Amino acid sequence: MHSGGVSVSAGAGGHGHARLQHHFDDLEQQREASTLGMWVFLCTEILFFGGLFTTYVIYRQRFHGVFAQASRDLNVVWGGTNTAVLICSSLTMALAIWSAQINRRKLIVMFLLITMAFGLTFLGIKTVEYKEKFEHHLVPGPHFHYVCPPGEPCHPEQAEIFFSLYFCMTGLHALHMIVGVGLLSYLLLPSWQGRYTSEWHNPLECIGLYWHFVDIVWIFLFPLLYLIGAH
Amino acid sequence: MAEHASAAHTPSRKPYFLTCAFLLVMTLITYVVAKFDLGPLNDIVALGIAVLKATAVVLFFMHVRHSSKLTKLTVVSGFLWLAFMIFITLSDYWTRGWLDTFASGR
Amino acid sequence: MNSSDTTSAELALDRPSYLHDGYGWKSWLLTKDHKRIAILYLISITVFFAIGGIFAMLIRLELLTPEGDLVQAATYNRLFTMHGVIMVFLFLVPSIPATLGNFLVPLMIGAKDLAFPRINLISWYIYVLAGIFILWALIHGGVDTGWTFYTPFSTHYSNGYVVSTALGVFIAGFSSILTGLNFVVTIHRMRAPGMTWFRLPLFIWSHYATSLIMILGTPVIAVTLMMVAVERALNLGLFDPRLGGDPILFQHLFWFYSHPAVYIMVLPGMGVISELIAAFTRKRVFGYTVVAFSSMGIAVLGFLVWGHHLFVTGESVYAATVFSLLSMLVAVPSAIKVFNWTATLYEGSVSYETPMLYALGFIGLFTIGGLTGVMIATLGIDLHLHDTYFIIAHFHYVMVGGTIMAYMGGLHYWWPKMTGKLYPVFASRLSALLIFVGFNLTFFPQFILGYLGMPRRYWEYPPEFQVWNVLSTAGASVLGVGYLLPLCYFLYSLFYGKQAGANPWGAKGLEWATTSPPPTFNFDYPVVVDEEAYEYAPDARAVARQEAHSA
Repeated sequence: MHSGGVSVSAGAGGHGHARLQHHFDDLEQQREASTLGMWVFLCTEILFFGGLFTTYVIYRQRFHGVFAQASRDLNVVWGGTNTAVLICSSLTMALAIWSAQINRRKLIVMFLLITMAFGLTFLGIKTVEYKEKFEHHLVPGPHFHYVCPPGEPCHPEQAEIFFSLYFCMTGLHALHMIVGVGLLSYLLLPSWQGRYTSEWHNPLECIGLYWHFVDIVWIFLFPLLYLIGAH
Repeated sequence: MAEHASAAHTPSRKPYFLTCAFLLVMTLITYVVAKFDLGPLNDIVALGIAVLKATAVVLFFMHVRHSSKLTKLTVVSGFLWLAFMIFITLSDYWTRGWLDTFASGR
Repeated sequence: MNSSDTTSAELALDRPSYLHDGYGWKSWLLTKDHKRIAILYLISITVFFAIGGIFAMLIRLELLTPEGDLVQAATYNRLFTMHGVIMVFLFLVPSIPATLGNFLVPLMIGAKDLAFPRINLISWYIYVLAGIFILWALIHGGVDTGWTFYTPFSTHYSNGYVVSTALGVFIAGFSSILTGLNFVVTIHRMRAPGMTWFRLPLFIWSHYATSLIMILGTPVIAVTLMMVAVERALNLGLFDPRLGGDPILFQHLFWFYSHPAVYIMVLPGMGVISELIAAFTRKRVFGYTVVAFSSMGIAVLGFLVWGHHLFVTGESVYAATVFSLLSMLVAVPSAIKVFNWTATLYEGSVSYETPMLYALGFIGLFTIGGLTGVMIATLGIDLHLHDTYFIIAHFHYVMVGGTIMAYMGGLHYWWPKMTGKLYPVFASRLSALLIFVGFNLTFFPQFILGYLGMPRRYWEYPPEFQVWNVLSTAGASVLGVGYLLPLCYFLYSLFYGKQAGANPWGAKGLEWATTSPPPTFNFDYPVVVDEEAYEYAPDARAVARQEAHSA
C-alpha cells in the first residue's frame, strides 16, 4: 500500500516548530496524540468519580426519604451560585482558547485570570459551606449529630451516609478544582510570553478539557445533592 | 481531531455565549422544577436536565461536535462503562427481594 | 519488513545502542527512553516477585504439617495477605505490560518511542512510590485482610496497616492507568506508515485490549480503596452494616475492577504466546483476525462478569444467574485463542526452543485454569467450592501457569533483543521443565484438596489432608529452583553470553529488523511497512501437500 518513504524525520514536519518533541513526525501528530491522551485520561476520571456515583445511587434508592430529608440541610442558594460560577468559568476557559486561535496573547492571560478567579470563588463558597456543616455537627465521624425534623421518620445513621457521600463527592471535586487552578496558573507565563498561537496551543486545549470535565461533574452533583429535598 | 479553526477564518465566539446562556437557564429551570413535588419524576427530570447540560458542555465547550470519531467513541465508552457499573450493580439490588416475594406468594 | 532489503544490523555501527547511550545513574533514573524504563521496571518487578515468592514459600512451609507450628494464625493471615497484595498489584498487573510491553510496543509498530515518554517515566516512579507504601506497611507489621480488603473487617476491625497498604494499591493503580493511556495513544497515533490495524502483531492487539481495561477499570478500585481508607480513618459507615452501610456494595465496586484485572494479567500473556507460536512454527497465527478480536471480546465481556465473586455473599439469586451465564460466555473468546494456537501448530515447522517450551506449557496450563473457571462459574458447583483450595488452584493455574509462563517465555524470546546477548540453552530448557513440573506438583494437589473441602486462608488443617499438602510444598520447592535458575543464567549471559545479532530466531516482526540491542530511537531508517504480520515463507511440506490436494 505504501510504496514510498512517507515517514519524515523529526524536525522536518510542522516547519521545525520549537514545540515539536523529537519522537513525533509533525505538530499535527503531536497535537492529536496529546488531545487523545487527555480524553482517555478524562475517561478514567469518569470512572473515578463513577465509583462514588454508584455508591450514591445504591444508597439513594435504599434510603430514599432520608436522603431527601438530609439534603434539606444543604444550602441550595450557595450550591446554585456555585453552579453558575462554574458555568461562567467554563465560558471564560473556552474564550481563552478562542483568544489563542486569534493570536491575542494578552486576551488569553486575561481570560485565564478570570477563569482562575471564578475557580477560587467556587472554592471560597465551598469553604463557607463546609464551615457551616462543621458548626452544625454534620461532618460524619465521632462528632456527627443529626437533628431529625420533627414528625418525620428518624434515621441519623442513614443521614450520616448521605453526609459521608456529600463530603467524599464534593471533597474529591474540590480537590480537582484546586488542581485545575494550579494547572491554569502554570499556563499564565507561557501565555504571556506568546507561546500559544493559532498554530500551537495544545496545552491550553488539554487543560481546558480538564476544566470543562470538572464542571460536568458539578452539573451532576448539584441536583443529586442539593435539589433532591427541595420540594 | 480538534476544532477546525484555521488561521484563514476567525473562529466564532457565538456558540460559547449561547452554550453558557443555555446552561444558566437550565440551572434556573432545574432549581424551579425541584420546588414542585413530581413524585417519581423528581429524579428523572433533575437528571434529565443534568444530562442535557453535560451534553452541551461536551459538544460545544469541549468541541466534540467537531472532533474525530475516535474522540466521540472515547467519550461514549467512558459513560457507557459508568452505566455498566451502575446498572449491573443495581440489577443485584433490584432483584434482592424477589425470591422471598415469590416464595411467600405461593 | 523494512523497505530496504538489508537488515539494519550493518547500517549504522557508529551510533550507540540504548544501553550505551549515556552511563551513570542519572542517565537511567532520568531517562525518557521506553527501553530503559522497561529495564527499570524489569528490575523492580523482579524484586517484588522475589518478596512475594518468599511469602509463598513461608505459606507452603507452614502448611507442610497439619498443626500451626511454624507461625501462628495472626502471622499466617499477614503472610497470605502480603503474598497476594504484592503478587497481584506489584507483580502480575505490571509484569508483562510494563516490561515487555514498554520495550516492544513502540518497536513493533515502528515508532521512535511511546507517545508520552515523560509520563512513562513518571509511571515508574509512581510504581516505586506504591511499592514503598506497601513495604512500609509490611515492615511495620503487615496487613491481615487478604488482598481483597473486604469490609467491614478492613475498615473497622483489622489491626493491620490497612490505610497505608490501600494507599499503596491506590498509587500503583495510577501507574497502571498511565501505562495503559500511553499504550492506547501510541497504538492509535504512532504507527509507522503502512502499519494498518490488521497488520499489527497480536501482541499489540492484546496490549491494546489490556490498556482499555486498565483505563476503564483501575480508577474504580482507586476510588473504592480511597473510600475504605477514609472510612477507616474517620470512622464512617459507608460499608459497615452497623452504621447503615452495605458491605456487598464494596464487593461490587472492588470486583468491578478486580475481575477485569485478571484479564489485565492474562491478556498480555496471550499476546506473548501468539508471537511465540508464530515464530517457532514459522507460520502466520491461524485465524489472525479472530484472535485479534477475541482480545477485544475478552476486554469487554470481562467487565460484565464480576458478580460471580459474590455468589455466596448475599447477592440476589437472579443477578447471580445472569453473572453465571455471562462468566461462561467469557470462556468463548479465550477458547478461540487456544484453538487457534493449536491449529497454528498443525503443519507448522515446530522447533522446541526454550521460549516455545514455555508457550506450550502455557497452552496446557491455561486450558486447565480456564476450564476449572467454567466449573466454578456454575452456581451449584461454586457453592461447594467457594473459598476452598479449588479456587486457589484455579487462579494460580491462570495467573502462574498462564501469566508467569508467558512472561518467562517472552523474557527468553526477547532477552537477546533487550540485551544483545544469548543465554545458555541447556540451563534455560532445564528451567522451563522444572517450572512446568514444579508448578503442576504445587497446584494440582490443591484442586483435590479443595474438592475434598479444605478451606483457603487457614494456617492448620485436619491430618488427612497432609499428603496432598506435602506434595504441594515439595512442588513449590521445585518451582522455586525453576525461578532462581533463569535469574542466574540471565545475569551470567550479560557478562559471558555470546552476541545475539539482530535476529537470532529468524523471526518476523519490526523489532527483529533493528539491531540488538536497538539504538535509542529504535530504527536508523524511516520505517515503512509493506507486508502482513507473520509473513513467513510457506513451509516446503505444506506447499507440497497443498499441491497434492489441488492436483
